[in-house]
Amino acid sequence: MEIARGLIIILITGVLTENFILSKFLGICPFLGVSKKVSGSVGMGIAVIFVMVLGTAVTWPIYTFILAPLNVEYMRTIAFILIVALFVQLIEMVLRRKMPLLYESLGAYLALMVTNCAILGVTLLNIDLEYGFLYSIFNAFCAGLGFLMVMVIFSGVRGRVDRCDIPKALSGIPITFIAASIMSLSFMGFAGLIEGIFGI
Amino acid sequence: MSSLTNFTKGIIKENPVFVMLLGLCPSLAVSTMAQNGLGMGIATTAVFLCSNLLISLLRNVIPETVRLPCYIVIISGFVTLVTILVRTFVPDLYNSLGIFLSLIAVNCIVFGRAEGFANKNKPWSSILDALGMGIGFTLALVMVGSVREILGAGKWFGREVGFDVLGVEPMMIFAFPAGGFFTLGILIAIINRLMKKEPREAGCDTCPGHSACKGLDIGAAKTVIESAQGEQKKQTKNQKEA
Repeated sequence: MEIARGLIIILITGVLTENFILSKFLGICPFLGVSKKVSGSVGMGIAVIFVMVLGTAVTWPIYTFILAPLNVEYMRTIAFILIVALFVQLIEMVLRRKMPLLYESLGAYLALMVTNCAILGVTLLNIDLEYGFLYSIFNAFCAGLGFLMVMVIFSGVRGRVDRCDIPKALSGIPITFIAASIMSLSFMGFAGLIEGIFGI
Repeated sequence: MSSLTNFTKGIIKENPVFVMLLGLCPSLAVSTMAQNGLGMGIATTAVFLCSNLLISLLRNVIPETVRLPCYIVIISGFVTLVTILVRTFVPDLYNSLGIFLSLIAVNCIVFGRAEGFANKNKPWSSILDALGMGIGFTLALVMVGSVREILGAGKWFGREVGFDVLGVEPMMIFAFPAGGFFTLGILIAIINRLMKKEPREAGCDTCPGHSACKGLDIGAAKTVIESAQGEQKKQTKNQKEA
């Protein structure tokens, strides 16, 4: 019961109240670059979930069983970024050999994962929040889910914005940011949801 | 290109945040206060300077094929160093920057300049380039931070600016994430207008993975993958026939 409660709290936090894009500002670059079409957003979002979950599954044990016992916690940035980079290469190779269909739809996005701050961010956050293994994995999944959801919703918003007559100086990135601001504002409405449900 | 333009181009003409649209995550996340922006800017500049210098010195040593992993190790090494220094000497800043200090390691400006400038140029011009870009980044962070702090909290670098004298409440919304998006959007629009520049579209070159995926856009990447798959099929076919 306690675990289920924890998981639900992580789910609501990751997807709604503390969304990675809209409130933590992680992964802004892919958010701006790939959210023009729904298909691109879905591909990117799924690739992010995939790499976040698998990346956490690798970095968490390495931190807990290697870095922490040796008292070299400060090495985590180097260690994590290298592990994630290597791991993405590995996933890419395995997918290409074993699951060409999945590779066809995700491969292009996987290459962009190495320097995505959302991936490194979620692995570091899981350590900072002192989550256990199960919670870490679930937190990574929820963060990715929130990312996917916002990407998909926002690609719809951008489709509408593109068809409007916008002042020249504002067109392109500035109006995208302002649209994101309004969306972030509406997601602020979810604040207090956890306190309301669980009475914390 | 003269050494002066190497230095000045990063500050205004090719400002990393407002014009090149790089490093947007930290410029939104840590800019709730001007002070945090300044701290983050200085930390990033330090990493930038050291990694640009080292990569430029090693530009003839690092083999072309493994250059990206080498850059990752060099940059994240300096990030670790800076993190330790900030934690020891400015613990307040360390607490307010949080994981974004570690995330300098994947900052697209640092990565992009290593790939786009330092590995082709002499150490001296790389230092100037790093300094210019660093100052430009710091300037942008302080600007966004100032707007958000003044409007959101009625303070600037922690001092009251006199909203209470006027009897006006500060607009809390600017301290929230929504205000960050709004401020940066408006500032970019103003700078586009002042510079009479064609607004840039967000595309592949604004993405941190740009150097990693060698500038292929998604469509091009797909064709590359498809052609690779075709070759693989051909190879397996040839093997079977053999």
